[in-house]
Amino acid sequence: MVTLIKPTFAMEQNAVYCRPQAFTDVSTHYCPGCTHGVAHRLIGEVIDEMGIRENTVGVAPVGCSVFAYNYFNTDFVEAAHGRAPAMATGIKRVLPDKVVFSYQGDGDLASIGMAEIMHAAARGEHITVIFINNAIYGMTGGQMAPTSLPGMKTTSSPNGRDVETQGYPVRMAEMLAQMDGAGYVVRRSLHDPANIRKAKKAIRTAFEVQQHGLGFSLVELLSTCPTNWGMTPVDALGWVNEHMIPAFPLGDYKVSPAVAQIKF
Amino acid sequence: MARELIKGNVAMAESAIRYGLEAYFGYPITPQTELLEHLAKRMPELGRAFVQAESEVAAINMVYGAACTGVRVMTSSSSPGVSLMSEGISYIAGTEIPAVLINVMRGGPGLGNIAPAQSDYNQAVRGGGHGDYRNIVLAPASVQEAIDLVGLSFDLAEKYRTIAMILADGSIGQMMEPAELPEMRPIQRKDPEWATNGNPNRPRRQLTSIYLEPHDEEITNLRLLKRWQDIQTNEVRYKEYYLDDADYVIVGFGTAGRIALSAVRAARAKGIKVGLLRPITLSPFPVAVMDELSQRAKAFLVVEMNTGQMLDDVRMAVRGRAPIEFYGRPGGVVPFPDEIMSEIERMTHAKLNSQTDPRMAWLERALAR
Amino acid sequence: MQKEILIAGFGGQGVLFAGQVLAYAAMDSGMEVTWIPSYGPEMRGGTANCTIVIADEEIGSPLVQYPPLAIALNLPSYDKYEPLMQPGSLLVVNQSMVDRLAKRNDIVTVFIPANEMAEQIGDKKLANMIMVGALLAGLPEISLEALETALKNHLPVRHQKLLPKNFEALRKGFSIAQEQMAVRP
Repeated sequence: MVTLIKPTFAMEQNAVYCRPQAFTDVSTHYCPGCTHGVAHRLIGEVIDEMGIRENTVGVAPVGCSVFAYNYFNTDFVEAAHGRAPAMATGIKRVLPDKVVFSYQGDGDLASIGMAEIMHAAARGEHITVIFINNAIYGMTGGQMAPTSLPGMKTTSSPNGRDVETQGYPVRMAEMLAQMDGAGYVVRRSLHDPANIRKAKKAIRTAFEVQQHGLGFSLVELLSTCPTNWGMTPVDALGWVNEHMIPAFPLGDYKVSPAVAQIKF
Repeated sequence: MARELIKGNVAMAESAIRYGLEAYFGYPITPQTELLEHLAKRMPELGRAFVQAESEVAAINMVYGAACTGVRVMTSSSSPGVSLMSEGISYIAGTEIPAVLINVMRGGPGLGNIAPAQSDYNQAVRGGGHGDYRNIVLAPASVQEAIDLVGLSFDLAEKYRTIAMILADGSIGQMMEPAELPEMRPIQRKDPEWATNGNPNRPRRQLTSIYLEPHDEEITNLRLLKRWQDIQTNEVRYKEYYLDDADYVIVGFGTAGRIALSAVRAARAKGIKVGLLRPITLSPFPVAVMDELSQRAKAFLVVEMNTGQMLDDVRMAVRGRAPIEFYGRPGGVVPFPDEIMSEIERMTHAKLNSQTDPRMAWLERALAR
Repeated sequence: MQKEILIAGFGGQGVLFAGQVLAYAAMDSGMEVTWIPSYGPEMRGGTANCTIVIADEEIGSPLVQYPPLAIALNLPSYDKYEPLMQPGSLLVVNQSMVDRLAKRNDIVTVFIPANEMAEQIGDKKLANMIMVGALLAGLPEISLEALETALKNHLPVRHQKLLPKNFEALRKGFSIAQEQMAVRP
């Protein structure tokens, strides 16, 4: 295992970049170049900045981020596939003063967990969902996801996703924005530094929405899967920009008037 | 407290509240709906959590989440809904956290009907979901017993970090009987050493049912079994009626058990020495008492509202030492005492043999009827 | 002692409540009691029934195949349960809703024009209470007073003003049944 530099040590060395305290001292299992690491980092930084590390319960999904509970230095539970919003609901309803978030991929959230996410939003559950959309099933080895693009080759759409027989990609942020219980639903991308900064701001806003009791909040993050896309990490970032963003436009799909007032 | 005339479903709901239920998640289904309706009114009044979930799948996973925080949490459903919950039940078992589940059984398989049945016995006592685990299963035969078993189920679930299921049926849920509810107990929120409740000033906690390394999962399976051994040793419960001098032993649980009691009394009035063993814990099954009875009984008669599910557990306990007969009414049909009385009389006159398969012998009689 | 009572009629005739009043009275008299409704397919087609068992010991079956006491509030219920009555049993029939005489002479059948009597008292919803009062003529374990006390104790506050008419219905049903039973051999 890689020896990790402790934040305190890093500060002594005048480091400008150190590990969030919201992280455990463990290296992740993610493939090189995968943007899960970036997403984790952003959440960790936001938890640190808000000072909520000891007041947070996370819910991990089934999929590539199944081990997310190992990486965050907060209480964490591991949900059944797609059920993270239901589990988060159960936790938040008995612990309304805690910060509860789920971290889910596209298979988990947009396929098997469609009912759970839609109804959590409809109920306006005061939870925050970080939704990683990389248009593929990573953990099981590159099968078609509900968000795979038309024509996209995967191990279960070897000739490319045929919309006649395999349907069209699901746009979750757009759908969830229709739910009256949703306070904040946005889509961001992790393909370059400028967008990563915007993504972090959105994650911070989503957690603030929860702390202010302003309803359901979700940040969809367009992410890469170099391994299963069969690309180098750099090419994968380019592919997000060229192919995913046109299919999944970035933007704020739901910002309730109360959420627009939040200052931090 | 004074006895009040109360419906089984409402009684179980109110009992759960008074024993400290902090969160309920459920989905409407006949014949358990009054349970959900009662909690829909009462829980918010008391400032406690109630969610009508989008499905039984979501409901059990909400239970899973709340159970991870260490509070008393419950769901209830009826047979088809419990099938949907099987996933979450398995996860809760694998995570080793306490939760209470009430199944007010109806006729099946499939959509079946809404009449009282006991056909989820196997599903309940063998765990229901995937993986190697067992649940505590308690079968009430009256409204009072249902009230008391709800309290016991919370205690047992917490003591053993396991699922405790109340296996009732439609007639327990719909019946009104005089019963005494417990006093309202104040909520005492505990902080068990495993609970992921986001409390500060301690190392982080995690709860999961994943053990990717097979040896770790093996250790977990053995730990669960060891705990089950303790449950088997300490938690068997049953009720005996007229067994002291009984030549013949009826075995029946829940509604079938109490109907059999009427038949036993009628048979006693005719001078037949028959008694009733009514298991209250279906899991752990009362093996020791069955063992003892099988050494002195002339024969057993198992009565169930299914095609012979508990029958297999009785056969395993009796181990061929006495003949076993079976009488069942599956599909939502509730037997009358007269039918069981006829079976008792048949048993006392028939030449019994411990080698025949009681289920198939009964099937022949049932088809000929 | 154990007595089983079956009450059957159309939905809306107060079948279930009539049974509950009997159950309350039995409970308040210190007896064991069960009340169980039919909630299955029988509910379709507009019929409702419930079974009440009262006893002085733990009750086994809450259902009975051949009841010793029954109330039939309509013709389908009369047709269905008359053949099932125990020999010597009491069947109270709502004469307002049936157009035939008794087929059995080994049971006691009491015919009560409950709808007309209820309208005379001033509320046609009281037919069920008239029938319950009539049944008491064959159920000495529960007194009229016990039933009245049960109504008083368990009728929702908003209905308490209806108590006097309920009492009148019970008593009128009781006395007409007593009269009919007295003239029988």
